[in-house]
Amino acid sequence: MSLDKDTVRKVATLARIKVPDSDLDHMAKELSGVLGWIEQLNEVDISGVQPMTSVAQMKLKMRADEVADGGNAEKVTQNAPEGAHGFFVVPKVVE
Amino acid sequence: MAAPTHMTIAEARKALKAKKISSAELTDAHLKAMEQTRGLNAFVTETPERAKADAKRADVVLAKGEGGPLEGIPLGIKDLFCTEGVLTTAGSHILDGFKPPYESTVSAKLWQAGAIMLGKLNMDEFAMGSSNMTSYHGAVKNPWRRKGANSDLVPGGSSGGSAAAVAARSVMGATATDTGGSIRQPAAFTGTVGIKPTYGRCSRWGIVAFASSLDQAGPIARTVEDCAIMLQAMSGHDPKDSTSADLPVPNFEAAVERGVKGLKIGIPKEYKLDGAPKEIQDLWEQGIAWLKEAGATPVDITLPHTKYALPVYYVIAPAEASSNLARYDGVRFGLRVPGKTLDEMYENTRAAGFGAEVKRRILIGTYVLSAGYYDAYYLRAQRVRSLIARDFTEAYKQVDAILTPATPSAAFAIGEKMDDPIAMYLNDVFTVTANLAGLPGISVPGGVNADGLPLGLQVIGKAFDEETVFAVGRALEKAANFTALPEGMA
Repeated sequence: MSLDKDTVRKVATLARIKVPDSDLDHMAKELSGVLGWIEQLNEVDISGVQPMTSVAQMKLKMRADEVADGGNAEKVTQNAPEGAHGFFVVPKVVE
Repeated sequence: MAAPTHMTIAEARKALKAKKISSAELTDAHLKAMEQTRGLNAFVTETPERAKADAKRADVVLAKGEGGPLEGIPLGIKDLFCTEGVLTTAGSHILDGFKPPYESTVSAKLWQAGAIMLGKLNMDEFAMGSSNMTSYHGAVKNPWRRKGANSDLVPGGSSGGSAAAVAARSVMGATATDTGGSIRQPAAFTGTVGIKPTYGRCSRWGIVAFASSLDQAGPIARTVEDCAIMLQAMSGHDPKDSTSADLPVPNFEAAVERGVKGLKIGIPKEYKLDGAPKEIQDLWEQGIAWLKEAGATPVDITLPHTKYALPVYYVIAPAEASSNLARYDGVRFGLRVPGKTLDEMYENTRAAGFGAEVKRRILIGTYVLSAGYYDAYYLRAQRVRSLIARDFTEAYKQVDAILTPATPSAAFAIGEKMDDPIAMYLNDVFTVTANLAGLPGISVPGGVNADGLPLGLQVIGKAFDEETVFAVGRALEKAANFTALPEGMA
C-alpha cells in the first residue's frame, strides 16, 4: 500500500500534528515503506485465529465502586502551561 | 575490597552491612563517576543533593543493623519513570518542565527498599528507538569503542542511558523498560545484564506509557545476581495497575545459583538469520556448548511465526502509542505552542514537541486504526500475535527455556542506520517476540567480538518463570566469565 500526500495530510490532521506541505512527499514515502514491509502479514493464514486481546492469562479484578482519591485540583493542574484557580486554560472554544 | 564503583550490588550490600563502607562513601564515589563520565550524556537530570541526603539517612538505618534489601545502594532511574518533584521528560521536548506530583510504583518500591537515586537517565524519545539517537536531550555515547578506533558508538535503546551508566560504573544498577527489546538490546551493546520480566510482573503505574500491552519495567545491572536483587524489589501486584499480576513474587535471588542440570533448552531454528554476522552465530553455538557442559540438554525447536514478529510489532506498538500519546495536547503538562484555535494549538504543540520517529509512529498508528484499515492492519496483527504466542506455548511443552542471540550485531556507530527506519527496527528481531508473547527474557554478556565489543545471549522463559531465566542466565555468565571493561575503565 502506498500512501499519497493527501492521505498523509488527512492522517496528520486526525493525529493533530501539523505537517508542512513541503514534508508531505518525504513522509508519504517513509510511511509507505513501513506499511509495505508490514504487508508481509498478508501471507499468514489467520483463519480461525482469535485476535489477542490480553497477553497475560488473567481475569481483571473487580473493585468496590467508591471514591478512593481526589480533591487534588492544585496538584493536577500544577504542570499546566496555563492555568487559573485550579482550572486548565485553553484558547477560546465557544464564540 | 574492590573500588566502590567496581563493586556489584551484592558485594556492596555485604560491605555496607559489615560497615566496611558507608552509603555516603559509596554514593559519593558514584556521584564523582557521574561527573567524570558526563561526556556520555547518560543523565538528563542529576540529583546529587538528594542522593547525599538519602545516603546519610541510609547510614543511620544501617548503623542500627536495619534497612531494606537495597539500603544505601545508589541507582539511576530511566527518565520514563515518574519521580515526584523531579523532572521527568521521557526524552521528549513535549514534556519540558514536567515535574510529576506522584511517584511511579516501581521507583517507590526501590526507595522503600532503601535505594538512593543518583539521577534520571537519558533514553530514546518515549522509548521509541534502538540507538538512543531519538532523545530530545541528544545521543548517549556507549562507553565501549571498537579496539583502536575513535568513533563513538550507540549504547542501544531505548534504555541507552541506563545501560551506558551501568557500564560506565556511574550507577550500580538502573531501572529500564522494554517494549520490543529496550532493556535487552542496550544491555547486549554495553556488556551489562538486563531482564525484562513477564508482562504483569512489575506495575506500569507512573511509567510514561508507550504501548501498554507490551511495556514492562525491569533492571539493568552488571551481574545476573544484581538483576535478581533489583527485580525482587521492583516486582509485585499493584492495585493501581489492573494488568499487574496478583501472584506471589518468588525469591529470585535464591534461584540464581540453582544450576541448569536436567533442563531442556530450546534452540529455535528461525533465529538463524541469513546474512547475520558470523560472530553472532558463533556466540550462540558457544552458548549452547556452555549450557550442555553445565548439564542442560539443547533441543531443536521451531517458532514458525518468528519472521512476522517485527511487522506485527510495528502495527500494534504504533497503534497503542498513537492512543497513549494523544494526552500530549499542550493543555495539561509540558510544552504549549500557541495557535489561533484550540485545534491549531494542539497541532502546533505536537508538531514542535514530538521528534521525527515519534511522529512517524503516531501517524502509522493513526492510519492502521482509522476507518477502513482497522481490520486489514490492526486486527490482522492481533491475530498473528496470537500465533506468535502459540508458537511459544507449543515449544514450552518440550523445553524449559529458550536460548537465542540477544541482538543481530554488536553496537554500531552514532549516526548509522538513521536513514532507513526498517534497518533500525531490525535491531529488535530477536527480542520483540518475548514482548508480543508477554514472556520474560534476559540478556547476558557472552563475550567480545573481533573489535573488542560485547555481544549478548538471550534466555527466554515461560510466563512468570523468571527463576529459570535467572538460573540459565547465571550458568551462561559463569561460563562466559565476562571480565572485559570499556577502554579506560579498568
